[in-house]
Amino acid sequence: MLVALLADIHSNLEALQACLKHAAERGAERFAFLGDLVGYGPDPAAVVDLIAGYASRGAVVIRGNHDEAVQTGGGRELNDEAHESIEWTRDALTDAQKTFLASLPLTVRNDSVCFVHSSAAAPEKWPYIHSAAEARASIEAAGATYVFSGHVHEQVLYFKTMAGKTAAFHPISGSAVPIHSHHSWLGIVGSVGQPRDGNPAAAYALFDDAKEEMTFFRVPYDHLTTASKIRRAGLPEWLAHRIENAV
Amino acid sequence: MLDQLTRGKEIDGFAVGEPMHEGGMGAIYRVTREGYDVPMIMKVPRVGPNEPTEGIISFETEVTILPTLSGPHVPRFIAAGDLATTPYLVMEWIEGTSLEEFVKGGALPVSDVVRVGAGIADALHSLHQQDVIHFDIKPANVILKHDGTAALIDFGFAHHERYPDLLNEETRAAGSAPYISPEQVLHDRSDPRSDIFSLGAVLYEMATGKLPFGEPDTDVRNRLWLDPVPPSLHAPSVPPWLQEIILRCLEVHADARYQSAAHVAFDLRNPDQVLLTARARKSRQAGLMNQVKRFWDARREHGRRLRLPNAQVSRSPIIMVAVDTTHMDDERQPAIRRVTAQILSVSAEFRLICVSVVPTTPLMDGAEASETASGIHLEHLVRLRHWVEPLRMPAQRLSLHAIESPDAAKTIVEFARANNVDLIVIGAPGPDQPDRSWWRSVASTVTANAHCSVHVVRTAGGREAEEEG
Repeated sequence: MLVALLADIHSNLEALQACLKHAAERGAERFAFLGDLVGYGPDPAAVVDLIAGYASRGAVVIRGNHDEAVQTGGGRELNDEAHESIEWTRDALTDAQKTFLASLPLTVRNDSVCFVHSSAAAPEKWPYIHSAAEARASIEAAGATYVFSGHVHEQVLYFKTMAGKTAAFHPISGSAVPIHSHHSWLGIVGSVGQPRDGNPAAAYALFDDAKEEMTFFRVPYDHLTTASKIRRAGLPEWLAHRIENAV
Repeated sequence: MLDQLTRGKEIDGFAVGEPMHEGGMGAIYRVTREGYDVPMIMKVPRVGPNEPTEGIISFETEVTILPTLSGPHVPRFIAAGDLATTPYLVMEWIEGTSLEEFVKGGALPVSDVVRVGAGIADALHSLHQQDVIHFDIKPANVILKHDGTAALIDFGFAHHERYPDLLNEETRAAGSAPYISPEQVLHDRSDPRSDIFSLGAVLYEMATGKLPFGEPDTDVRNRLWLDPVPPSLHAPSVPPWLQEIILRCLEVHADARYQSAAHVAFDLRNPDQVLLTARARKSRQAGLMNQVKRFWDARREHGRRLRLPNAQVSRSPIIMVAVDTTHMDDERQPAIRRVTAQILSVSAEFRLICVSVVPTTPLMDGAEASETASGIHLEHLVRLRHWVEPLRMPAQRLSLHAIESPDAAKTIVEFARANNVDLIVIGAPGPDQPDRSWWRSVASTVTANAHCSVHVVRTAGGREAEEEG
């Protein structure tokens, strides 16, 4: 079964559509949306509706910190641009859409796979994973062979060998990586809607559980349109600049 | 259990034959299978609660990497069992002579060193082109095939650039002590030039019958400072050019070695092309005081934790490329990028400045954001970033500038001078399209007025088209 893993969509409809099309062309049968459906971007309503449609057909959808902030009125702990966009997003969503976001779980566990937005070690506190030690904490807390998450907006594959060593691997787009099930793995799939590594192309990954293989992708999309939508919506200029330059 | 295989047993259709080798890591058997006419062997790792994990990780590394390899210099992958339940690996058995047998009798004639050495270098180059570093180049892992080519075996310590490296976190330096490189001592598993060092140790052994760094039980950390005895001292028949090649492979710093195994093969086959340096004339090992100095230098450089430092450079050249972001589909764009990539590949220390000169546009009221001056400026920056993206420049070595000006040539020349640019890369005037007269004047004016070198990039066929026109 080929599973598409999409995280940190951030109300970017163009990027989400490009990734879903890319995944469908490669035969993805299942979909998992790993949190932060909204925030920052100009199309929260369309993105939530699209993902809710996938959810009704069995897709896994996880809650992210931005999705939670819309509901709780929080977001003040986020930076100014994020906070401003959360306020804007709250007004742009219907009650039904907000209820959908509020209903999302923090983690989902399917057999040997754990889906979570930040870290399985403390999903409600939204810790960032920047080191092998933090990755190991998530892997061990999940107790799963595979943990898939987002939150840090970069594509990294951490692995814990049988000997207990944990290390990071930086994948190359489009190159399948063997992930044998007798080790433990944490795949951070990158951000669909707001990459920050200088390459504006959307990021996501495909997981093939039968072949024990994972492929990370970068998908170019019309990011200039998204940026101009952000400007037209009156969202902070920095968010448009960020989409254009992936900074 | 698999490590108690007996002759005649069948595993997944493979009939197990004679055991060929039984060692600490596992065993190797000859196997046959109906419908398979190549000679085959099956590797079976030792697994169990009391077995060291390095063995199984090495086995897994080989199972992962071998199927990705192809060509005449590696054994063909045939099949692998499930790692969790029945771990085994079946591969082609390469007929030929092990180099270990070949070097047993001591120093080889120069003609054999050259023929065999160039064959190993070819094999290594083929491997490196497939994004794999061997990390265990030694005579026992080289098979001299009957057709005169060489093949490499045993990928248990290998590294694949596009796969997670399970050996990366191992605390022991993986490899075979007499041939281990400074990179392996320092646990750097990303540099293919490590294999070139080990190739140098093999060439040394073939030419002299001796190991460059002493016997196998030597402390491998001597790789960071020990100056080997010049090969010609052991074997006076070694000509200066061969000594040059061997000692260049054995440089402590990878930057001072051959940068590609293909270059080693070329030099071995073209002795008259070998650039002779002091290495070629060396008639004695560094003296005691010099060796002590090398030791302290290595010690100071690598510190107590023996970390490989970033190469120190006194000067970082600055390359400036002029990109016409108004015509992104121009066929010269990829050519300019290719040339820029080639120039940057010379050194990891070059800095790149990308400049687009955008013709000045009048401001209009009430236009879309993307049509305002700042919007246009931003759009050209985005295009510049898109243009440069395939070069994968780290941010600290790259800068992007969209400059609005009616006079492109003057702007480029002034900007280059102000930023101490060492080289300007710019597209040549194109063939006879009238709207490219702008380029014609820009390239020629920049070439005439720049304070530094200018590299004018012409696409293949551009000149002919121009002459016909």
